[in-house]
Amino acid sequence: MGLESVGLKMNNLLLISYLDLKESIRSKWFLVYSLVFGGMIALFFIAGITESQVMGFSGLSRLLLMYIQITIVILPIFILITTVRSISGDRDSHILEYMLSFPISLKQYYWGKLIGRFITVYIPVIFAMILAIVYGVIKGAEVPWSIFFLYTGLLFALSSAFLGIAFFISSFVKSSEVALGIAFFVWIFLLAFIDIALISLMMQERFSEELIITIAMANPMEIFRVAAISLFDPELTVMGPVAYYILDSVSQANFVLLSIAYPVVLGIIFAFLGYRIFAKKDLV
Amino acid sequence: MIDIKNITKKFGKNISLNNVTTRFNGGDSIALMGANGAGKTTLIRMILGYYHANNGTITVNGLDPIKERVEILKHVSFVPQLPPPIKLSVDELLHFVQKSSCTSREMIYHYVNEMSLDIKEHLHKSFFSLSGGMKQKLLIGISAAKESSIYIYDEPTANLDPRARENFYKILKEQSNSSISLFVTHRIEEVKDLVNREIYMDLGEIISDVKL
Repeated sequence: MGLESVGLKMNNLLLISYLDLKESIRSKWFLVYSLVFGGMIALFFIAGITESQVMGFSGLSRLLLMYIQITIVILPIFILITTVRSISGDRDSHILEYMLSFPISLKQYYWGKLIGRFITVYIPVIFAMILAIVYGVIKGAEVPWSIFFLYTGLLFALSSAFLGIAFFISSFVKSSEVALGIAFFVWIFLLAFIDIALISLMMQERFSEELIITIAMANPMEIFRVAAISLFDPELTVMGPVAYYILDSVSQANFVLLSIAYPVVLGIIFAFLGYRIFAKKDLV
Repeated sequence: MIDIKNITKKFGKNISLNNVTTRFNGGDSIALMGANGAGKTTLIRMILGYYHANNGTITVNGLDPIKERVEILKHVSFVPQLPPPIKLSVDELLHFVQKSSCTSREMIYHYVNEMSLDIKEHLHKSFFSLSGGMKQKLLIGISAAKESSIYIYDEPTANLDPRARENFYKILKEQSNSSISLFVTHRIEEVKDLVNREIYMDLGEIISDVKL
């Protein structure tokens, strides 16, 4: 394979990413998405969150803690519902049929779309945090840089996981309506059902606590939540005895690294599975 | 050359193409006709590499449309029956066409102009927001500018007024005599001056193949 050929392939990949990014940025969902995260930060400042103190957290740390707690809930569903239709929607509306009549490989189309969509969903979330930091600095607040950088990593990981899951769903679902239904189910399952089921199993003492905690930690939303808490509360005291199981198995630093690496790997696995299905199935 | 050998395509229990065998050679200009559900669109989608066959083989210039789709699609122009609701601006769509298939923007402007449409006035509008006729004229202009050896038109004149149809036929007559043109149509009278072969399909089979 010559350098020219590699360059052309990269160009087509970047071309698809660039066009998807431009299309997304113009869309109404992106406006709402950006307003939600930016507005949330603005609302926190207006509400005086930075001046309040709860459980020893104050200033920007307190604001970031609240931001991350809300992001755990809304970021996955935003990513799922806006991304899950990216391929199935193009298939539904015959856009895929036309765009793929040009010499673009399926690999370039799929991964190009994924990269474009990742930038679209990640930038507003990070931008809102940067907004908070800038405003905090102007107000003379102390900036918790370690928390900021670790949250950047955690949000990257969470976005990767749900983007991979969304592309996986999008690759095998023929109708975008069904894709939306599945996306909503995945979100509510990971957000609540899995916890309720595990609590029920724990109360019945049918499985060991270690197994139940391991299953809980396999949930990317749960590991994100615990990692976010561990940044403020390294001993995880707010979690009670569960903290012993986690911190006895891995150190706090390793746990944070794991909580970033695991969702990224999960996202990549789902994205690859999605690509395999996309390439093997009928396209339209 | 497009060589189709014993192609069968099923969707669940429904057989869309049943053991179809045919060959399209350079210079063939084919009207592909038949009732709804006859298998016409399935056949062109197989040629474009969108569907995996249950049985049989298709080769386009000796290549497999699924495994070597990029190489094949460099030489294929396609105009769908209905323009898709692409949300890119016209400028972005043309950028995509230029970059992905090395097509000259000046040639696109030339052919779209031949279709009596000044597309430069609409470059910053969303493709989706253009009228049905304008969209179809643009897609026809793009297909002509690509200078392919295979042209596939799925009911291309559905959204065109009589004058635009005349312009379209004029462009087609300028195309190379050695290319393959495949028209999916319900109205033979619209393309009868352009084709030298008529294929009728019914229930997934070719029931007549006449050279004119």
